[in-house]
Amino acid sequence: MKFAEILRFAFHGLSANKLRSALTTLGILIGVGAVILLVAVGNGSSRQIQANIENLGTNTLTVFSGGFGRQASSASGTQSQSTALTLQNAEGLANKASAPDVYSVSPVTSTSATTTYEGSSTTATITGTYPSYFRASNSPVEDGSYFTATDVNKAYDVVDIGATVAQDLFGTNAAAVGKSISIDGSPFEVLGVLKSKGTTGITDANAIAIAPYTSVQDVLTGYGSLSEILVQATSAQTTNAADSEITAILDKELGVTSSTGAATVAARSSGFGSRSSSSQPFEVLNQSQLLSTSTSTSHTFTVLLGAVAAISLLVGGIGITNIMLVTVTERTREIGIRKAVGAPKSAILGQFLAESVLLSVFGGVLGIVAGFIGSMFTIVGVKPVIVPDSIVLAVGVSVLIGLFFGSYPANRAASMRPIEALRYE
Amino acid sequence: MPTRPAEGPVDRPVISVRELHKVYGTSDVAVHALRGVDLEVQRGDYVAVLGASGSGKTTLMNIIGCLDVPTSGRYLLDGIDVSFLDEAQLALVRRRKIGFVFQSFNLIPRMTGLANVELPLAYAGMRGDQRRRRAMAALSLVGLIDWSSFMPNQVSGGQQQRLAIARALVTSPTLILADEPTGNLDTAASADVLAVLDRLSAEGRTIIMITHEHDIAAHAKRQIHMVDGRVTEDNRVVDLAAPPPLLASSLAAS
Repeated sequence: MKFAEILRFAFHGLSANKLRSALTTLGILIGVGAVILLVAVGNGSSRQIQANIENLGTNTLTVFSGGFGRQASSASGTQSQSTALTLQNAEGLANKASAPDVYSVSPVTSTSATTTYEGSSTTATITGTYPSYFRASNSPVEDGSYFTATDVNKAYDVVDIGATVAQDLFGTNAAAVGKSISIDGSPFEVLGVLKSKGTTGITDANAIAIAPYTSVQDVLTGYGSLSEILVQATSAQTTNAADSEITAILDKELGVTSSTGAATVAARSSGFGSRSSSSQPFEVLNQSQLLSTSTSTSHTFTVLLGAVAAISLLVGGIGITNIMLVTVTERTREIGIRKAVGAPKSAILGQFLAESVLLSVFGGVLGIVAGFIGSMFTIVGVKPVIVPDSIVLAVGVSVLIGLFFGSYPANRAASMRPIEALRYE
Repeated sequence: MPTRPAEGPVDRPVISVRELHKVYGTSDVAVHALRGVDLEVQRGDYVAVLGASGSGKTTLMNIIGCLDVPTSGRYLLDGIDVSFLDEAQLALVRRRKIGFVFQSFNLIPRMTGLANVELPLAYAGMRGDQRRRRAMAALSLVGLIDWSSFMPNQVSGGQQQRLAIARALVTSPTLILADEPTGNLDTAASADVLAVLDRLSAEGRTIIMITHEHDIAAHAKRQIHMVDGRVTEDNRVVDLAAPPPLLASSLAAS
């Protein structure tokens, strides 16, 4: 009995019940397709998060004052100076002797403001800072130029705007350069337009305007404390060293005792990459720690999605067993005839196993195609990225499903006694 | 394709059965289907086994056809003791030595007549072209060469049974075993099928036919009567070497 012959019989058996075979295949198709697609979505979202964090720069540290969210109100100057970050703190961090791993320090004051130009207007986050911010925050200018240290010292009203602001006000990037826009009523000259960034979530990373620290304080935020300090380490490897250096400097400057310092270590080990103790006057957000945390989080997310999809694959497999049991019962007489004309047990076993494997492999292949087609689309804001391993796994698993879930019905067919099978009505 | 079975030693019987017993069930509820059957069938014979239902003739046929094993006794098929073979070996013996013709035809639906006839050869592992040639030869023997591409449900009952006969003889088996071959057929179709069997007998094939009708049994060269699991009568109608008794008349009828 040749293998090709067994396959031919199996094909024949399946084509005899096309609708039934198609529906059983559909079960596997959905299972395999779901595994591939959901794992691709998980993978895609993890890549996206990583790319966004890397966009911010993995060698940067953000120093906030107090608890998360509170520093936003510091612009009004109501927060007490002892718990708020000042320009002096920022200058202290720029000390090469006590912080050798710090490359640049950019004090940041920010607010939300309406920008207008000849009747069009849009809301943007206005960031007042030093020129080093462009490099630290990975925000290169695409058209035009950066503002300079001179602009900061002289408090010139110049600005580099994000792509969204340029589009909303001017329609094109090039048209924006050199024009004078109004930010909350004050005129600012547009020096350049920033390169467009990828966006996560609801905030548009391109709805921004970056201006000299001094001029933003003059016209928008006033002379209060800083929103944050963006610190760039000399390299990604020295980020953690820079983290401890600036923590030590700020601990000393802001008078933090060693006991609360110890508490921050415990808080950090909880995995958030930032000091979250509320008694702390400042917090340091470490991008590289954030990256590893979010990577492991999205990995868990991917595994979870895959597991849910695997359940549907299991259900598809049970569908195969079910339909093969029906098939074997229905074709009892045929099995008897085949045995009477001399089919050995192995040939019957092979035929029904081949039928179930064909069903599952066919479903698996179609599932891969479905997964590929599905991954062309953006799903809940995520561009799925197919994991090659998931395809190999899906094919392997679908063969195994056919063998495993088909073995019981096939064995039942093969062990039938010919006289009883022939007598079956 | 050979139209005669392979020549073997003339004195070796195709079937040799000694003291065959078959008991279904155990102890209290045991049913004795066969109570010591002795039977010998020579090569080229055409035997009709007659008996009412419950006489044990179907059990005897199942054992002779290697579909079942006896409880006790010895059964030599073409010189091979098949009484205690395992299932795989029985499958092999069925494939090589026996061609079945059933009362209900037992063709596989949704397979063409040709594919049905080819089936035993497929299990024997024969190549496709060779298989087709032999199957077509068998189909021409039963007069169905033009019907090879039809499905079993597209042809008449008599044609289905002739397809089944073609399937039975395609492997050139030692023995053709027909269980009530005309039981589901009308008179005209029965005559067709019996004519084919007569012709095969005239060509030297060994046939055992189970029936409960005397006019069907009249086609055989030898009639065996069974009652309650025993052989009660064994009548030779015509000589072993002679043509079957009704060959001429069946030819005239067809």
